[in-house]
Amino acid sequence: MYYKNRGYKIFNVFNYVFLSLLAILCLIPLIHVLAVSFSGSAAAAAGFVGLWPVNFTIDAYTETLGNEKFVNSIFVSIQRTILGTVIPMLMTMLIAYPLSKSNDIIKGRAMITWFFVFTMLFSGGIIPNYILILELGLMNSMWSLILPHTISAFHIVLLLNFFRSIPKEIEEAAIMDGAGHIKTLFKIYLPLSMPAIATLSLFMMVFHWNSWFDGLIYMSSSSNYPLATFLQTVIVQQDFSQLNLSPEEMANISERTVKSAQIFIGALPILLVYPFLQKYFVKGIVLGGVKE
Amino acid sequence: MEETNEINNHENKRRTVKKSKLNWKRAAPLYLMLVPGVIFCIVFQYIPMAGLIIAFKDFKPWLGFAESPWVGLKHFEFLFSYSGNLQVIYNTVIISVLKLVLGLIVPIAFALLLNEIRKMVFKRTIQTMVYLPYFLSWVILGGILLDMLSPEGGLVNNFLGFFGIDPIFFLGSNTWFRPTVIISDIWKEFGFSTIVYLATLAGINPSLYEAAEMDGATRKKQTWHITLPCMMPIIVVMGILSLGNILNAGFDQIFNLYNPLVYETGDIIDTFVYRVGLVKGDFGFATAMGMFKSVIGFIFIVIAYRLAYKFADYKIF
Repeated sequence: MYYKNRGYKIFNVFNYVFLSLLAILCLIPLIHVLAVSFSGSAAAAAGFVGLWPVNFTIDAYTETLGNEKFVNSIFVSIQRTILGTVIPMLMTMLIAYPLSKSNDIIKGRAMITWFFVFTMLFSGGIIPNYILILELGLMNSMWSLILPHTISAFHIVLLLNFFRSIPKEIEEAAIMDGAGHIKTLFKIYLPLSMPAIATLSLFMMVFHWNSWFDGLIYMSSSSNYPLATFLQTVIVQQDFSQLNLSPEEMANISERTVKSAQIFIGALPILLVYPFLQKYFVKGIVLGGVKE
Repeated sequence: MEETNEINNHENKRRTVKKSKLNWKRAAPLYLMLVPGVIFCIVFQYIPMAGLIIAFKDFKPWLGFAESPWVGLKHFEFLFSYSGNLQVIYNTVIISVLKLVLGLIVPIAFALLLNEIRKMVFKRTIQTMVYLPYFLSWVILGGILLDMLSPEGGLVNNFLGFFGIDPIFFLGSNTWFRPTVIISDIWKEFGFSTIVYLATLAGINPSLYEAAEMDGATRKKQTWHITLPCMMPIIVVMGILSLGNILNAGFDQIFNLYNPLVYETGDIIDTFVYRVGLVKGDFGFATAMGMFKSVIGFIFIVIAYRLAYKFADYKIF
């Protein structure tokens, strides 16, 4: 066998070492942030912290979680993530179900599908979207973060393809038994499509938890900022003008350890659902990418 | 005979009428289910597309769409005549092309190396580790990178210090900004991009390798003559489809990493549109620039899908 070959064995050793290093490189930034967040502020400011905390303390976390504005933005994010997952998921199911039917049941199916898919190919861009939100009077409202993302052609196509793989006989049997379309969708298709629905829900949840730009442009009051937007202003832009902080709060918030704690808390929900993400995203990608 | 035919015809007609009525009755709820989706799609997708007409107007928010005066192609003429604007387009293309090329090569190489690992536990652990950065937002990663790449006590410069290298201001230098952006983007995405290739690798028929083994082919030869040809269709599809992103240089990333010091090399169409439109309030010109991006992107995507369909029989739905 090829792997008993001497040359291959040497390659194999290098391969193991190389891949290990590469994988560690992917985790180092997070480990570093975690280490800094648990370190004493003087050691962190002086740059003494590498991958292990120096002068271990949880001060940065008590400071961060004691900050009312930070905690408030977490709640905004949670609310946004829930609404932004439930409504679009419902909408996606309602669209994908009829479009998964055959051409002779629903006329113009291809045309309607293209109507949605076209939005994947062309878009108005940020300025027209901004003016739309302004004209609709949604500025500074939670809905400005959710409604523009209810329809995603990518999600529709993914679910539509999944629905199509469900045997027709099941649906026919349901219709025979007098079930309407709504009932068939929610009582039969929904339970059978759990893997696809879980994948899409995770897509949506991660998207909403991570989104920051719309919060920045649509929210005029920082009390409506989702966490990602809050972190963007405080940590990346280091712009405190929106936040009305006292000088003392300002000094604390720009502390390196506190920044790191904020970053880590921002990443924490993603880390918590990561096992599911890995499992379902891989499925989703394979479903969408190599279905031919 | 004729009579029966007529009766049959009549019967058939009655049946089709009945059937189409029945069909319509069955299909009506299906169409109703589409109504909210279509309305949302029109309001939040198609109306902004129509809103692109302000690229041809001198848009003033207080005048609104209709009242703002037409200016024809003025914004586009300015767009292509001023060198600063062309620099922004150039930055966008150079950054995105480098990202596309490396974003194709690195995951393929990584997938091939990972495919050589036969200890499943090790393989899975590596996968778990390299997929992670993909899920973190550029706000989180931007915050981390700003800290790690800082010339004053950042982890990377401390590390380089061991080798006697002077601190480098990665995000504040026009020499270093683009490489930093490209490498950090590949770092975030490469793990996740391997998934498609790993799925393909797992699908290769093992008997091909067994036969090659019988003929005494080395692993290198097996990779060259079996693995790569089997991966070629998916590589072509991924390569072609990535063309659609030719003007997407990564707004989220650049917005969170750049600063006025590196506008010269790092300012891209999207960040430029944001600053000109939403910060300075020049809506008309910003929309013209955004429209330029949308139209070019559209042309590339359509060509890409056509090519992918032609060469690899790839269909979206």
